[in-house]
Amino acid sequence: MEIQAYLRSDGRKGIRNIVAVCYLVECAHHVSREVAYPFRERGAHLIGFPGCFPNAYSHKMLERLCTHPNVGAVLLVSLGCEAFNKGKLLETIRASGRPTKLLVIQESGGTRSTIAEGRAWVEQTLAQLENTPRVAMRPDELVVGTICGGSDATSGLTANPAMGRAFDFLVEQGATCIFEETGELIGMEHWMAERAQNPVMGEEIVKTVAKAAQYYATYGHASIGPGNADGGLTTIEEKSLGAYAKSGQSVINGIIKPGDVPVGGGLYLLDVVPDGEPRFGFPNISDNAEIAELMACGSHVILFSTGRGSVVGSALAPVIKVCANPDTYRRMADDMDVDAGRILEGRATLDDVGREIHDLILRVGNGEQTKSEALGHQEFILTYKSFEPLGPACFPSAA
Amino acid sequence: MEPFQQVGASPALLLAPDDNIAVAVRDMPAGTTVRVGTFTVTLGDAVKVGHKFAVRAIPKDERIVKYGAPIGRAIAAIAPGEYVHIHNVTSDYIPTYTFDAGHEFLPEAH
Repeated sequence: MEIQAYLRSDGRKGIRNIVAVCYLVECAHHVSREVAYPFRERGAHLIGFPGCFPNAYSHKMLERLCTHPNVGAVLLVSLGCEAFNKGKLLETIRASGRPTKLLVIQESGGTRSTIAEGRAWVEQTLAQLENTPRVAMRPDELVVGTICGGSDATSGLTANPAMGRAFDFLVEQGATCIFEETGELIGMEHWMAERAQNPVMGEEIVKTVAKAAQYYATYGHASIGPGNADGGLTTIEEKSLGAYAKSGQSVINGIIKPGDVPVGGGLYLLDVVPDGEPRFGFPNISDNAEIAELMACGSHVILFSTGRGSVVGSALAPVIKVCANPDTYRRMADDMDVDAGRILEGRATLDDVGREIHDLILRVGNGEQTKSEALGHQEFILTYKSFEPLGPACFPSAA
Repeated sequence: MEPFQQVGASPALLLAPDDNIAVAVRDMPAGTTVRVGTFTVTLGDAVKVGHKFAVRAIPKDERIVKYGAPIGRAIAAIAPGEYVHIHNVTSDYIPTYTFDAGHEFLPEAH
């Protein structure tokens, strides 16, 4: 099945044609939301960064997100006095060939006139984007990210291994697949290392997970909470065992950090835990912080498994919700795209559900709306972090 | 290993041959007798879907093994059929946070 994609002038292909309205400090959030809101069902999505102080990570994240293949145009909204390097971001977007505009509230006459100016630009730009060239996109050009949220003990039995099967199918076709959350791979590091493309990368995987364990230990809190325990998950190792199943069984081709777009297909581990001494708080304060990072690595679409019943979607990339728990599915079917709990009740096999997820990814690539998209979910969150550049052992070419 | 072939035959799954716990596929009350793999045990407690119970006696400090992987260790002796969760298992890495001590981080008592 071929996807009809949107061709960007940088040569990349997107599966959505979004006008991103992006606030560059919390002080510009309200104005941006008001600009985007009337167009929310026509493809205007709100993203942004709330901090006033500059941060290399968040700058890189917004650069990658504003030039994401699903994004056709970007309106930047600045208060005016924040430290974000808006000129540099504007230049990056312009260089990618996308229509873009910067509104500075302090120079545009305040709230009312900035909202009016912003809406006029979005209206005109949405019309302009209707002329975006459509081209065929092969499965090997797809980038798919995976995450689990609101996990319970069924997540690791049904939805996660089924998503792993879907990943295996995609990797076989040359697609790029990204799994993440090293804090939820604690205990799995040696198994993962054996799947690395080479032993040097395997050692790097072990170090990456040790960094996550150290980070969480400093905060006295693993990535396992009361909802997980109510759902039958006893320890972080048990949660990890389930989370790890999302990665499927392919060779791990590399380790990336937020904002690194993998070159060439295959399976990649996204290291989301900051480098250096723990600072700026928990590595990812909620699931959407990780989705933002998966998108910044180029993910066109996100697979999201849930047992307890998460409802979130995302700005910019469609989220496919795979429900692990059959009881949760019955309670929240309107929010779920795939009923993986059938596996527990003997009504489907892992392969059946893996194939179903794979086929749905292609249909969503062709424009079919996911449940969270149709319901208007466009959650987005971006906070402070700090990373060091990747070492050579993280790349497929190493050793 | 395709554990789901067992679905229907038993209300529980033994995910790997050497596991010392099984996973409930549906909610079961205390006193239910369950055959899973080569084991037959009577549940000492109610066990909800996705939750675990011991399929054999597990001495204190022994690793809990699920899907062939260690997921923590017993902080008390666990009898066959007993519910296995945060009251009798601890992580070898980082404690599990629960609400039981107000909003303090709570390493499990042991």
